[in-house]
Amino acid sequence: MRVSLPAKLNTGFAWVLLVLLIAPALVAIPVSLTPKTYLSFPTDELSLQYYRELFSSPEWLSSFAQSTVIGAVSTLLATTIGTLCAIGLWRVSSPAGEVVRSVLLLPLVVPPIIAAMAFSRLFVPLGLIDSYTGLILAHTVLSAPLVLITVSASLAGFDARLEQASRNLGASNWVTMWRVIVPGIRPGILAGAVFAFISSWDEIVVTLFLSKFSVYTLPRRMWNGIRENTDPTVAAAAVVLMAITLLAFAIWALAARRTRPAA
Amino acid sequence: MRLPLKSGWLLVLPFLLLVGGLFLGPILNVLWISVTEPAPGFGNYAQLGSSDTLRRILWTTLRVCVMCTAFSVILGYSIAYAMVHATGPAQSRMLGLLLISFWISVLVRTFSWLMLLGRNGVVNSTLDALGIISAPIPFMRNELGVLIGMVHYMVPYAVLPIFAAMQSIDGRVVQASRSLGGSGAQTFWRIYLPMTKPGVVAASLVVFIINLGFYVIPAVLGGGKVLMVAEYISVQVLITLQWGTAAMLAAILLFGVLALMFLMSRFMKLSTVFGGART
Repeated sequence: MRVSLPAKLNTGFAWVLLVLLIAPALVAIPVSLTPKTYLSFPTDELSLQYYRELFSSPEWLSSFAQSTVIGAVSTLLATTIGTLCAIGLWRVSSPAGEVVRSVLLLPLVVPPIIAAMAFSRLFVPLGLIDSYTGLILAHTVLSAPLVLITVSASLAGFDARLEQASRNLGASNWVTMWRVIVPGIRPGILAGAVFAFISSWDEIVVTLFLSKFSVYTLPRRMWNGIRENTDPTVAAAAVVLMAITLLAFAIWALAARRTRPAA
Repeated sequence: MRLPLKSGWLLVLPFLLLVGGLFLGPILNVLWISVTEPAPGFGNYAQLGSSDTLRRILWTTLRVCVMCTAFSVILGYSIAYAMVHATGPAQSRMLGLLLISFWISVLVRTFSWLMLLGRNGVVNSTLDALGIISAPIPFMRNELGVLIGMVHYMVPYAVLPIFAAMQSIDGRVVQASRSLGGSGAQTFWRIYLPMTKPGVVAASLVVFIINLGFYVIPAVLGGGKVLMVAEYISVQVLITLQWGTAAMLAAILLFGVLALMFLMSRFMKLSTVFGGART
C-alpha cells in the first residue's frame, strides 16, 4: 500500500517523540562527571570523583545494601505468592475467580499515597515503622500483582492437557505443579520476578511514609539529594540506578519474548 | 481431575490473605478515620465547602490531570499509529524504546528535569545561546514544569492501550473506504479514529487515574507552587499530623479512581493496560 505524506510525517514525529522519551534521563551522565563541587555540567575536564564518593560513602553503600535486601526478599515472597495464585486462578477459571483476580490487582490501581497512609497506620501499633519487615511486607503487597499478571499471561499459552496427562499418569498435585506446570511457565515467572524487584528497588512514596532513620533505601536517599539539589553524588546514583534498571529490562525482555511465542 | 476447584482456591489463599490483611483492611481503616477523626461525623467532608485551600487543591489536581491526559493521549496516538504501520524490525525498535522509557525510574527522570528546566538549565541556556530568548523561561515551580514532567512520564502508558486497539483493526476496512472514494483524511477521521475509540478511552482513563495520585513529579517540579492532592495528603500526614483531613482526601481520591477503573474495565482488560507497564 502507498504510504501517504501525513503518515510519513507522523512516523518521523513519532521517532522524535520516542527519542525524547529516553533522552532527558541521559542528562544525568554528564552531570555525574563534573569536577565541580555543585550540580553542574563539566566544561573542561571530566572527573569520576562522585562515583568514588558514591562507592565509598557508608551512607550510600548502606542504602544500596538495604534496597538490595528489601528488593530481593520482597521479590521472593511476591513471586512465590503471585505464581501460586496465578496457577490457582488458572485452574479454577470461573467468573468468581475473575472477580477475585480484579480484587488482587487493586494494589496496582490504588494511588501509592493511599497505600502509604494505610500501611503507616497499620504498622505504627505493630512497631513495624522504620523496619525491614514493614517495608518488605509493603513492597510484597505492591509487587505481587505484577507477578500475577505476567504469570497469568504465561499460563494462557500453556497447554492444559499437559496437566491432565501428568495426573492421568499418576502424578500428585504437587509433583504436577513442580515438574510440569512451573517448568512450562518459567519465563513468565522470571519476567514477573524482575518486574517485582524493580518495582521495589524504585519505590519511593510508600517508603517515605514507612522509613525514618534506620531504614534508608536508595530511592529515599536520592529523594533527599533531589530535594537538597546541591550534591552531584545524586547524579552518579541516578546513572547507576539507570544502569541497573536497563540490565533488569534486558533480562525481562528476554524472558518476556519467550512467554509470547511468535509475537 | 482430582479436586480441581479445591486445590485451585488453596493456591489463591496466601495472596488473598496478604491483600486482605495488609491492604484492603488498612484502606478501610483509612476510610473509617475520615469519619471519626478528629471527631465522629462528616466534619472532614464539610471542610470541602468551607475551605478555599482544599477547593483550590482539588481544582489544581483536576486541571493538571485533564491537561496532562489530553497531551499524553494525543502524543501517544501518534506513536501508536506509527508503530502499527511500521515494518517488523522498525516496530520492534520503537516498542523497545517505549518499554525502556517505561522502566526509567521516576526519580531519575525528575532529577534530569531539574537539570534541564532550571533557570540556568540546559533548555534555557541553549535557547539563550541561540538568541531565541532574552530572559530565562520559568519552567519550574509552575504548572508548565509539572505538565512537562507528567506528560513525559505518561506517554508510554497512553500508547499501549491505543496500540492494542489499533492492532485489532482489520486493514481491509481502510482499503474498502479508500476504494469507495474516501480521501485519506476522510478515512482517518470517519473510519479509523472511531474504530480506535475503545483504546483512546482506555488510555485516557489509565493516564488520568495515575495522574490523580501522582506525588513525586508535582512535588519536585512544582516546588510547592503547584499543590496537588497527593502532596497535600503527605503534608497533612507527615508534618501537620491531621489524619482526618488527609483520610477524607484519600477517600475522595480512592472513590474517584475506583469509579474510573470500573468505567475502564468496560472498555479494556486491566492486564492489557498494565501489561508491559510499571507503576
